[in-house]
Amino acid sequence: MEKNEKLMQGNEAIASAALYAGLSFYAGYPITPSSEIAEICSKELPKRGGVFMQMEDEIASMAAIVGASASGAKALTATSGPGFSLMQEHISAAVIMETPVVVVNVQRQGPCVGLATKPEQADLTQLGWGRHGDQAVVALIPATVAECFELTVKAFNIAEKYRVPVILAPDEQVGHVRENIVVPAPGELPVINRAKPTCAPDAFTPLSFKPGAVAPMSAFGDGYITRMTASMSGEDGCSNSDPDNASRRVAQLHTKLEAGRAEIVMIKTFDTDDCDVLIVAIGSPVRCARTVAKEARAEGKRVGVLQILTMWPFPYAEITPYLKKARKVIVPEMNYAGQMAGEVLKCLDDPDKLIKVNTFNGQIIKPEDIAKHI
Amino acid sequence: MSHATGEAYLKRSGLPHLSCAGCGNGIIAGALMRAFEELNIPPEKIVVVPGIGCSGTVNRYLNTNYLHSTHGRALAFATGIKAANPDLHVVAFVGDGDGATIGGNHLIHAARRNMGITVVLVNNYNYGMTGGQASGTTPAEARTSTTLMGNPERGFDLCALITAAGGNYVARETAVAGPRLQKRLKEALQNPGFSLLEVMSPCTTLFGPRNGMKNPRLMLRWLREKALTEAKYNEMEDPQSQGYFRVGVFADKTNPSFSQRYETMRQRILDAAGGK
Repeated sequence: MEKNEKLMQGNEAIASAALYAGLSFYAGYPITPSSEIAEICSKELPKRGGVFMQMEDEIASMAAIVGASASGAKALTATSGPGFSLMQEHISAAVIMETPVVVVNVQRQGPCVGLATKPEQADLTQLGWGRHGDQAVVALIPATVAECFELTVKAFNIAEKYRVPVILAPDEQVGHVRENIVVPAPGELPVINRAKPTCAPDAFTPLSFKPGAVAPMSAFGDGYITRMTASMSGEDGCSNSDPDNASRRVAQLHTKLEAGRAEIVMIKTFDTDDCDVLIVAIGSPVRCARTVAKEARAEGKRVGVLQILTMWPFPYAEITPYLKKARKVIVPEMNYAGQMAGEVLKCLDDPDKLIKVNTFNGQIIKPEDIAKHI
Repeated sequence: MSHATGEAYLKRSGLPHLSCAGCGNGIIAGALMRAFEELNIPPEKIVVVPGIGCSGTVNRYLNTNYLHSTHGRALAFATGIKAANPDLHVVAFVGDGDGATIGGNHLIHAARRNMGITVVLVNNYNYGMTGGQASGTTPAEARTSTTLMGNPERGFDLCALITAAGGNYVARETAVAGPRLQKRLKEALQNPGFSLLEVMSPCTTLFGPRNGMKNPRLMLRWLREKALTEAKYNEMEDPQSQGYFRVGVFADKTNPSFSQRYETMRQRILDAAGGK
């Protein structure tokens, strides 16, 4: 079969992949640099039996996709910094109601309105910890247009399988770059749909708090009485203030992701077998790091790149062996504090190995920013 | 002929109820369950979407689907539920602080879209669950825990607001309106577009005592006195400043709902694609 090669923008690949994964509902509010995703969905969803809604704000957008997911839809929203901040409460609602949704945050420079059309990676910590309350989410970050496609399909699969909100957070550079990609043929990538209950309606409970459990999910109207609440509930979906119940409930939100860690946590390595200097990167700096590593190799220096694709849950255990082998670890990222470097530091045997490279001026990291530290 | 009891929609294990003496929440919830029964809507086809506040405890007593949402955002959740499955009967059960103050933007936009959602908005004139602070419907000069010397702001006339925003069906009744409440709920549930029933039910525990009505009996008597039909309301000089409000139906239209219009748009797209 002939390969379907296409010149695509990152945001376009995200929208195409969402449709590939069976997207049937989109609700969002326009914001640069994410708006292409909404525009493509508004055009494509009606043709495929789906629904596109432009909401009054990002709070409503996030609520609407959680509601649609509860009605059985595969639901998506896309936004950027200011809008992502407004969505936090209802990402939390998706966590506690265990509704599968995918939220795209195309990261732009901040704080606040900032440089609205420029890239940054200053939301890395917020992706994982931006909400009130004790909870776990999944956050994936692509570095190429091909990864935008693959990780979007993966995001829906993780969301559906584990009943969890999955955040996809390319920086603006990745969202807007255009590259040739081979578009996967239908059926080439696995597409997972949530498990539905098969029991008698009387025996149905919408949740399970067993460690690692993910209960089958009914949609409203399926014939099961489905009780969902953003408050603390028992497995029956009814309000429950028992401390033991709360403890089991919160633990299960974490353990279900721990149980799926092998397929949720993703890293890629390039020339790491013998490397003396390891560059650990995520998002668009990965592109730059690979260029630097290639050029250094040509000069006989042993430089490798470790790409992180799953920011949360952070791959502490998965990256530790690579960090141990390296003499020097460089973490380039587009934020002041070194948000990812802080996580890498937790896995380092010797903190003096770490070199942080930080830019926060709305410009992408350049090869010379990294190369001078090798 | 036997009368509807609403029993099939009641979750008895949720009782005893949490409401204070004289609170209208139970009366309104009961009327809703009886309206469901009279319209013969199966519980599994109903989704009740409460927000947060005293009204938000309603799901405790319901044997239907529900999504107990966040403070102020019930309409936004309900919008997604309904848009993704227009066959569902979606009822947002909200309060005035919840549904019309923090959630005011969602309320007017859901009405503008003519979403096929029935909104039951219990107006108790204050934030009851958090101690009786002023809300967006607290009348001017009224005393609450955050307006001890009188409210310097004015309250929304929600029925005028939602009529202007384009909601198909808009009505107001009191919690002591008896069978009329159930009648209005049935009218609201049968309208395919956006419908709002505002139920006046001032908080007997917090609003009443701070405003000269020491016990629930006095508060409920006040409620009966202040509710006027359109004719009587229009006869009065400046009725609003004396606490009077109009009850009855403000709008009853049959404009197409969001989902109906969306299907029309979809057909247009498919026809255009087929014609190529």
